Order: sequence, then structure tokens, then C-alpha cells
Amino acid sequence: MTSGIRFDNVSVAYGGNTVLDSLDLTVEPGEVMALLGPSGSGKTTALRAVAGFVQPVSGRVFIGERDVTRLPPYRRGIGMVVQQYALFPHLRVEDNVAFGLKAQKAVKDEIPGRVAEALDMTGMASYAKRYPRELSGGQQQRVAIARALAIRPGVLLLDEPLSALDAQLRSGMLAELARLHRELPDVSILYVTHDQVEALTLADRIAVMDKARLQDCGTPQQLYRRPTTEFTASFVGNANLLPVTVGGEGAGVVSFAGTSLNVATGGATSGATATLCVRPHLVGLGEGPNALRGTVTEVQWRGATHRLYVDVGGHRLKADLRELRATPELGEEVTVHFAAEDAVLLGAGVSDG
Amino acid sequence: MRADHGPDRPVAAAPAGRPAGHHPERPSGAAPAGRPVGHRPARSAAEPHRPGRPAAKSPRAAPRWIWALPPVAVLALGFLYPLGLVVQQSFSPDEGGTSVEPSVEPYAEVFASEAFREALSTTVWLAVGATVGCLVLGFVLALVIAFVPFPGGKAVAKFIDVFLSFPSFLITLALLFIYGTVGMANGVWTDVTGAAEGPFHFLTTPWGVLLAEITYFTPFVMRPLLAAFSQLDTAQLEVASSLGAKPARIIRQVILPEALPALAAGGSLVLVMCLNEFGIVLFTGAKGVTTLPMLVYSKAILESDYPAACVVAVVNIAISVGLYSLYRVVSRRVGA
Repeated sequence: MTSGIRFDNVSVAYGGNTVLDSLDLTVEPGEVMALLGPSGSGKTTALRAVAGFVQPVSGRVFIGERDVTRLPPYRRGIGMVVQQYALFPHLRVEDNVAFGLKAQKAVKDEIPGRVAEALDMTGMASYAKRYPRELSGGQQQRVAIARALAIRPGVLLLDEPLSALDAQLRSGMLAELARLHRELPDVSILYVTHDQVEALTLADRIAVMDKARLQDCGTPQQLYRRPTTEFTASFVGNANLLPVTVGGEGAGVVSFAGTSLNVATGGATSGATATLCVRPHLVGLGEGPNALRGTVTEVQWRGATHRLYVDVGGHRLKADLRELRATPELGEEVTVHFAAEDAVLLGAGVSDG
Repeated sequence: MRADHGPDRPVAAAPAGRPAGHHPERPSGAAPAGRPVGHRPARSAAEPHRPGRPAAKSPRAAPRWIWALPPVAVLALGFLYPLGLVVQQSFSPDEGGTSVEPSVEPYAEVFASEAFREALSTTVWLAVGATVGCLVLGFVLALVIAFVPFPGGKAVAKFIDVFLSFPSFLITLALLFIYGTVGMANGVWTDVTGAAEGPFHFLTTPWGVLLAEITYFTPFVMRPLLAAFSQLDTAQLEVASSLGAKPARIIRQVILPEALPALAAGGSLVLVMCLNEFGIVLFTGAKGVTTLPMLVYSKAILESDYPAACVVAVVNIAISVGLYSLYRVVSRRVGA
């Protein structure tokens, strides 16, 4: 049953327009891999290549050890859940779930049991006799998940499964999906989303896609704490991307807008331009290490936090601060700071964002 | 920036739109400015017994039914009255006199005649056969056009729309050119084999009529089907296929159930049109094929037997309306 997914140099093009460019990616058996990227980044195309709805112009797709590149979708044995649920409207919930079992010619006597099992797993057992139109969006998506799980697939493809749900339902369903994955530890999940929270919450690893290419791949912690590219830094979480010049007085120093900052520079050569990534919530107000002086240009109250936009030497710095008792006035001079270990120096030579 | 503009627009539009919608509802509440002052007391005096009248009714609502009169009058004069005459005539035996007592004698006569019974059965089986043929052919063709991408598919779909505007005898003429006694097919046959005449004579048989009707009416089934298919969520087809369903199963269990209302609509339309089809039967020149409309024609025009013609016409109408009602009942029960 354990079967990962492997993209081996997969390219997809529509009429000369490359929508997925030489993707190399392996989803380990039992792993949740999130494909994260803006729309048009090729993430859905990658998923559709696994499902068999698009033919790669080059490269191979493997499910487990099986090369499925030329197999029709119905012979790939995958479960799939899409954004708009795509339940069969004329079938009751139980028949929707049984559809795959019947199509795969499962033993007749086993079908009711497996349908009940799948519906139980998603908490929809009491809705078995309903029609899809009688269910809410969240319930329909649960049925869609039950339908995909009923065939006991080795690979589950989730294409923006929560995008059609409202925010509150979404976080509930996220927890639900995480629980399902704990209950089905052997199922490999490819999860396409443009929502970083979903990716960070659910994924064992995140593959960041942009412009038809894989930009970065790593665990959520790696990508969030130690991003390697500006795109990753800004797409996985929020980021201040500050143009800096490496070097100055001694090692581990960069200069930003005329201020020297102490950060880990790694092996960056002195004099090179680079980008310094600092997460807004790691920026503090007041004196401290790596202090920067600037004027407040905007204050946004977000309930639990205040976001301050501070202009430092012509660059806008975002700071997410725990709700302030007294907010600084617009135009007020303030000092912000961040700890050296909270800053990440992104590869020298990366273009300014 | 764009998100900031979004909410502005409905807000700006609302004040402009609201008064127009609310004014007619107001008179029963606070008197609006600018309304004829004398109007309200007059009305409330005339209707003191209706204090609980819904507030939404405006004083202008009362004479609204007047607008129904012109269409009803046109309908009555142009359609219902002649129809009534036909029905009346069908109950008036034609015995030289002008006003005879209504009787069912013409019906008894017509129902007893062999020609009528044959025409009735011919009409029904031709219509049912043509409908089934159209449904099968139309479903297959619509499936191909909608789901098998091929160059020119859009043009074919457009052509179907144009085809609907063709007169029915045109297709019969076209078939005559090909399969008629002196048509191309027979011509090729006689040229090749040297025989005196070709083997294709089916056009003047009921089968010829059936072929012509299926050819002509199939687009009437395809049109609603194509519309239904374009509404179908392709994600459903993809999910079905990922669940292990082969194309045949997807057609049977996903596409067909969702196309049923469209099939029912197209099928019932074709059935009724086939029952009443006249041009095709006339143009094939099939002497042995007498349908009810043909019978009406021959009774009325050729034999000048108006009561009999009217009887047949009434029967024809009754079958059409009956089938249509049946379709409505069934389709409502199916929930289409």
C-alpha cells in the first residue's frame, strides 16, 4: 500500500506555453507534501500530471515503483479531492462514496462496510441517505474526502480542498485533515494550496512553486526560519526584505541604510549586496540589539497585534507588535530592533524585491 | 487598491436603485410627497372592508389585468376560436344541412375506418421510433462534440443551431437526391452494374420517413443536450475517472443521469413534432405511409370531408397535448 510519488524531470506545456518546467520532486510514502505557490505557478498542473489529466511533454511520473506516465487516470489508483467537491448530484452520499468501489469492482458484500468506514472516518455517517444538495459546503467536502478514501488509495491528491470554505470551517477542516493523516499514516498526500497557513499547518514538507518551476523545498520550519530565496521568504510567512551590503567593521556585519547590523553572514564575501530577511513579528519596539531609527508611516490595529510600518532610510519596515497600550503617532520617530539570530541573510546577488 | 474600490460601488449604486423599487409599496404607509392627494381617501372609502390588505399592493395594481386583455384577445381570435371551430365541426356530421345537432357520429365513423386506425398506428410508431432514434443518435453525437476535442468542434456545434432553422422538407429533398429512385446512389449502382434500376427504394417506405425524421430532428435533441453538457462540472468527470471509472461507466453513471432532463426535454419536443410532421411525409412521396396529419390533409383537401378531417385533427391534438402533459408530470416528478 505504501506508495510515494516521484516527479522525474516532468515538463508540461500547452501549445508551446510551458506551465510546468522540469519538476523533480519526491513525496515519500506517508508524507504530506504541500505544493505552495501563487496561481499560475504550475502547482495544480503538477497534481494533474499525477492524476493523469495532463500528459507531460517530457519526464516521468511514478507512483510507488510504478511508472504511471502513460497510464489512464482510472488505472492509477489515486484518491482525489477538488476545491468544488465535485460530488455526483444525483447520487446519495453513500452512493457517492461507493462509486469508486463499484468502479473498481470491489466485492459486493464488502462495499457497505467500506462505505460506512469511510463515512465514519469523516464524521458523515449520519448523512448517508442525504443528497449532496442537502449538505453544507463543509459537509460536502467531508463526503468528497470519504469518497476518495473509500478506495483506500496509496496516494491522495488534494487540490485546494479548503478554498471554497469560509475561514472558520477551514481551520476546523485543517485539524480534521491532520487527524485523518494520523489515522492513515501510509497514505502519501500531495496538497496543492496557495494558502501558507494550510501548508505550514499540515505539511511535512513544502514545495514552493513559482513561474512553472520548483523554487524551494523543505520542512515548514526550514522554509520559515531559514528561507533561501526572497520568494520563499515572502511567500511562506511575512517578511521584511532589506537590501544590505555585506561587510563593514569586522565579520558578521552588514550595513543597511547607513546602519551597521550584526547578523550571521555565513560565507558571504565582503562588499557583496544581499537581502536580509527579518520576520515582522520578531521586530521589537524600543532600544535593543540592531536598533534602527525611523518614522512611523502607518499603524494598523489587528486585534491581538499592531502592525507598524516604519520608514527607515527610505525602506519600509513592517513590525508586528503585541497589542500596544499607547500607539505611536504617525510621523513619530521610533526605534525598532531585532535579534541577530532572527535575521537571515539571503544569497548575495539576489535581485531586490 | 482594487479591493478598496470594490465596496464603494454598490454603496453608490444603492441610493439610486432603492427609491425606484420602494415607491410603489409606500402609499399604504406614510403618504409620500408628490402622489395625487385625492386618490387615497377615495380608495380607502371604497374598500373599508379590507383593512388587512398587504401593504405591498399599490393602487395601480387593480387595473393591471387590463394588460392581459390584448394577448388574450389575440390568442382567442387567432388560435382558440379556429380551434373551437375545428372541434365544433368534428361533432357536426356533414349531411348537406347547415346546422345539425351535435353528435359523435363522425367520431364513430372515423374510428371505425381502417384508414384511420392504420394512420394512427403508423403515426405513433413512426414518432416513437424517430424519437428513440434521435435520442440515441443525438446523445452520441452530443457526447462527441462536447467531450472529444477535435478541430472544428465549435463550428459543428454552431452548425447545429443553423440546422434547426432549416425547413423539414429540405432534408427530405436532400435525401431524395441521394437515395431517391433517380438519385445518386441508384445512379451509381446502375452505372456500375448496368442494371435497369438501383436497389434503393426505401425512401418511399416508412423507413424512408423514419430516416428523414431522425436526420431532421436529431439536432433538436442535441441542442438541449449540448447546453446540459456545457453545464456539467468537468471536475466530476475527472474525479470519477480517478476513482477508477472507465469512460463507459462515466457516461452511464455520471453524464447520463445529469443529462436526463435535457434528454426528456429534447425527446418530448421531437415526439410531439414527429406526431405532427407533415412536410417530410409529403415530400418522401411515400404513398403507403399515411400519418394523421396526412389523413387530415387528404380528408379535408382531397375528399372535402371536413367533419372527418376535424375528427382526425382533434385526435392528433389530443395525443400531442396528452403526451406533453405526461411529460410535464413525469419531469416534475423527476425534479427536472
